[in-house]
Amino acid sequence: MKVKVISRSTDEFTRERSQDLQRVFRNFDPNIRTQEKAVEYVRALNAAKLEKIFARPFIGAMDGHVDAISCMAKNPNHLKGIFSGSMDGDIRLWDIASRKTVCQFPGHQGAVRGLAVSTDGRILVSCGTDCTVRLWNVPVSSLTELNDSSDKSAEPIAEYVWKNAFVAVDHQWDDDRFATGGPGVHIWNLNKSTPEKSFEGGTDTVISVRFNPAERNVLATSANDRRITLYDVRMSSKIGTVMMMTKTNSISWNPMEPFNFTAANEDCNCYTYDMRKLDEAKCVHKDHVSSVMDIDYSPTGREFVTGSYDRTVRIFQYNGGHSREIYHTKRMQRVFCVKFSCDASYVISGSDDTNLRLWKAKASEQLGVLLPREQMRHNYHEAVKNRYKHLPEVKRIVRHRHLPKPIFKAAALRRTVYETQKRKEERRKAHSAPGSIITQPLRKRRILKADE
Amino acid sequence: MGVEPESGTLATTTMPPVEQEIADELDDRVKKYLRGEGANLKVLQDKKLRGQLAVREDLYGKSAKAAAKAEKWLMPSEGGYLETEGIEKTWRIKQEAIAREVDILSSRNQYDIVLPDLGPYTMDFTLSGRYMAIGGQKGHLAIVDMKNMNLIKEFQVRETVRDVVFLHNELFFAAAQKKYPYIYSRDGTELHCLKEHGAVVRLQFLKNHFLLASINKFGQLHYQDVTMGEMIGNYRTGLGRTDVMQVNPFNGVIALGHSGGTVSMWKPTSAAPLLKMLCHRGPISALAFHPNGHLMATAGKEKKIKLWDLRKLDSELQVIHGHAKTLDFSQKGLLARGTGSFVQILSDFSGTQNYSRYMGHSIVKGYQIGKVLFRPYEDVLGIGHSMGWSSILIPGSGEPNFDSWVANPFETSKQRREKEVRSLLDKLPPETIMLDPTKIGTVKPARKKEKPSKQERETEMEAAVEAAKGIVLKKKTKGRNKPSKKTRKSKEMIAKAKRPFLEQQRLEEEQLAAKKKQRVSEQVPLPKSLQRFARKESLT
Repeated sequence: MKVKVISRSTDEFTRERSQDLQRVFRNFDPNIRTQEKAVEYVRALNAAKLEKIFARPFIGAMDGHVDAISCMAKNPNHLKGIFSGSMDGDIRLWDIASRKTVCQFPGHQGAVRGLAVSTDGRILVSCGTDCTVRLWNVPVSSLTELNDSSDKSAEPIAEYVWKNAFVAVDHQWDDDRFATGGPGVHIWNLNKSTPEKSFEGGTDTVISVRFNPAERNVLATSANDRRITLYDVRMSSKIGTVMMMTKTNSISWNPMEPFNFTAANEDCNCYTYDMRKLDEAKCVHKDHVSSVMDIDYSPTGREFVTGSYDRTVRIFQYNGGHSREIYHTKRMQRVFCVKFSCDASYVISGSDDTNLRLWKAKASEQLGVLLPREQMRHNYHEAVKNRYKHLPEVKRIVRHRHLPKPIFKAAALRRTVYETQKRKEERRKAHSAPGSIITQPLRKRRILKADE
Repeated sequence: MGVEPESGTLATTTMPPVEQEIADELDDRVKKYLRGEGANLKVLQDKKLRGQLAVREDLYGKSAKAAAKAEKWLMPSEGGYLETEGIEKTWRIKQEAIAREVDILSSRNQYDIVLPDLGPYTMDFTLSGRYMAIGGQKGHLAIVDMKNMNLIKEFQVRETVRDVVFLHNELFFAAAQKKYPYIYSRDGTELHCLKEHGAVVRLQFLKNHFLLASINKFGQLHYQDVTMGEMIGNYRTGLGRTDVMQVNPFNGVIALGHSGGTVSMWKPTSAAPLLKMLCHRGPISALAFHPNGHLMATAGKEKKIKLWDLRKLDSELQVIHGHAKTLDFSQKGLLARGTGSFVQILSDFSGTQNYSRYMGHSIVKGYQIGKVLFRPYEDVLGIGHSMGWSSILIPGSGEPNFDSWVANPFETSKQRREKEVRSLLDKLPPETIMLDPTKIGTVKPARKKEKPSKQERETEMEAAVEAAKGIVLKKKTKGRNKPSKKTRKSKEMIAKAKRPFLEQQRLEEEQLAAKKKQRVSEQVPLPKSLQRFARKESLT
C-alpha cells in the first residue's frame, strides 16, 4: 500500500523573516474560481465607471494675450515650448510645464496669421496681415533654464515685406524653405528676401499650407475657392486638386501614413483623403456642429484633434467616423487653433477668449510616474473594458459625454435634418424608375470635382 | 500526433516516445485552461470581425498553453493518492493503517472529539479550509483554527442551533437558532438578529454575491445581502418543510430537496423555481454538487443515490443503492455519503462519472452521523455526529495547490483585509445567478418587431372579411333556404370574422386610456399658494 496525503508545513508556505515579502502561490485552474465571467463583467463595469469618475481633462489655461489667438506652432525640438500668435500682432513662446510666457516677439503691426518653426527648432517664421514675413531666433537657453524674469522680448533676425497680406505659413521638413499662403502660394528660402517660387493657380486666397512630413517637397494647400490643391515645389504645376462644396479651413498630414491627410471642412465634417486618390474621401469624421477651424494629428498618427467654431475641441480616431472625446468649458469661445503635443499626451487649444488651454489627450489618464502595480491595474482595466465594450451597460457608460445645451440642441437638429433628407431620398427613390436615382456615399457626395 | 513508435522507420518525422508522451500530457492540461471550445469563426460574414476574433482566439490558445507549461513551477505540490498492491482493496484499508504510513503532521488530522452533552453537531469550513465553525444542536457554538487545533472561541447560546455557516471570511459566521438566525463575530459577539428569516432550518452563503440564503420551517426561501443588509428575495417554495439545501458553486443557484421527491432550483430574482425535477420516489434526504457544477448527487429515502448531469437532465447518469443522510463532493470530485455510523467515499477512477466505492469508515456504533464535509485544500473529511465530531484522512480528495488570491490557508490579517476589500469591489449583483453563467457577457441579437402595424392589421381584417364573403352557403331544405335567412347568415359570418380584430382593437384602446388616466392622476395638485405661478392649462 502506498499512501500520500497533502501535508503543508507552515515554514514552507510562509515567509522566514518579517522583512521578507509574503509568499504568493498561484493556481490558474478555472474550477477554483467560480463565475469568472460574471466577475470580469462587474470589473469591466467598475472600470468604466472609474474612468468616468477620473475624467478630468482640463489642466489649465495660459493667459496673457490681449486678443484672440489666431495660430499656434509647436517646436519639434522642444517638448515644453509652444508658440502662439494673436490677432493684435503679439507672438508669445509659452512654457507648457509652468504655463507661463517665456518670451515675446513684438513687431507685427496687424494680426499674426501664421507661425511655423524650422525642423531644427532654431528659427520661427511668422507672417501676418501687415504684408510681412518675419524670422526670429528661438531663444534656446530660456527654454532650458527657466528664470522668473518673464516677458523677455526678442528682435527679428529678418523681415521680408511683400505685396500682399499673408494668411498661412508652414516650414518645410529638414530643409530651409518655407511656404506662405495668401493670394497665392509662395515658396521662400530662409536666406532670401523674395520668394523663390510662386504658384498662382487658384483664383482666391490660400488659407492653409502644409508640407508633407515624409515627402518634403509635397505641399497641400486649401483656398477660399473651396479647393484643396497638392503641389510639388520642384515642379511648376500642381499635382492634384479636389474641389468640394464648402471650403477647407485647415489640413493636417498623418505623420505615420504620410500619403493620407485630413481636411477640416466648413461643413462641420473632417475628410480624410489619400493623396493618390482624390475623387473619394477615405473617411468622413462627423460630430462637430459648426465649421471645423483647425486640425492637428497626434505624432502617433492614430488620432487627431480638431477645434471648431462651436466652441468645442474633439478628438477623433484616424479611421473613426465619430469622435472619441469632446472637450469644452463654459469660458472657452470659438476655437481657432489646436495642437497635439509632441509626446501625444496633451492637447492645446487657442480660442477667441485670448487663452490657450491645456488638456489631457486621454481624459482619465493618471499623470506622473506610475508604479508598476498601478500600470498593471490600468492595463487590466483597459483590457476588461475593451472586452465587454459591446454590452449595453458598459457601452452606455463609456460613450456618455455631457454636452453643453446649445451643442446638444444643434446636434439634435442636425440629426433631424439628416434623417429628413434621408427619408426624402428614400421616397424619391421608391417612386422613380429603378436605377434612375443613385445615392452617392457621403465620402463622394461633397466632392464637386477632382483631378490628378 | 498519434504516431506508433514501432512504425517509425523514418526517425526524422516521428517524435521520440518520451517527448510524445510529454506533448500529449501538455495537451490534456491545455484543455483545462481553454475553458471550452473556441468560437466558430467560419459562420461569420464580417471579414474584419473574423480577423479580429481569430487573433483573439489565437491569444487565448497561447495563454492556455503558457498556463499549462507554467503549471510545473507554479504548482509544486502533488495531490494525495492511495495505491494498493496485489489483492489489497482500497475500501478495506483502515484509518489506522493510513495513520501509520503518513507523516506526523497529517496524522494529527485524525481525531474524534467526543462531546456527549450538546450534540448532534454540524459544521462548516471557511473557503481556505483553515477555520471550522461547529454548531451543537443544544446551543454549543465554536470556532476552531484547524492549522494548530486552537479553539478560538466557544460559547453557549442556550437554544437550538440547526445550522452554522461562515460568511465571506472567518470573522463572521451565521447560526440558525430556535426562532431566528443570528450573525456572530469571531469573538462570539452577537452582531445581528435576522428576524425576517424566521425559524431557519438551513443556511447557505453565496460568496461571490455576498448573499445569505436560508430556508425556514415554513418552506420560505430568503436571500439577504450581508453587505447592505437588504432583503433581496423572499419566496414561498410551496413544497413544504425541508432541510435539504445546497448551493451550486458553479452558478450560485440554490437547490432544495423536497419530501415529494422533487428537487427545485432557485435564483434570488424570480419567485418561481428555475426548474423542478422529480428525482426520487421518496423524500429527498441529501443533495450535493460537484465543484465544476455539472454533476449533482441526490439521495432519496427509498435507498437510492442518483447522479445527474445538470447539462442533460433527461435521465440520471448513475444509480447507487444505499441510504445517505448527508452527501458531499470534494474538490477533486470524490463523493462522501454518511448514514447511521458509516461513511463511504465514492470515486470515479476512470473520470467517466462512473462512481464506485473508494474508501469506508465506521465510527463508534450508535453514533448518528449528521453531516460530512470535505475540508478544502486538504485530504481531510470532517464528520459531525450525535456525540461530537471526527476527522479522517481521505487521500486524494483535496486540491493540493491553493491560489493566494483565491483562498489562502496561511493568510495574514493584512492579506485578509485586502482580500475583503477586493471581493467587495467584485461583488456580483444577484441578477448574475442563472443556470448557465457563461451566458453573461454575450450580446443578445436585436429583436425583430413583433407587433403588426395598424395598416397591416386592417389589411388582415379585410382579407378575413373577403374570405367570409366568399363562402358559399349550403342548400337547405324548403323554408330554411329563404333569401332573408341567407343574407342574415352571411352577415353573421362576416361579423364573426371581424370579431377577433375588433376585440383586439378595443383592448388596446382600453389600455391606452388607462395609461392616460394614470398619467393624469399622477399629477399632484399644487398647493394653493403656488397655484398662481402655474400655467393656465394645469389649473383647469
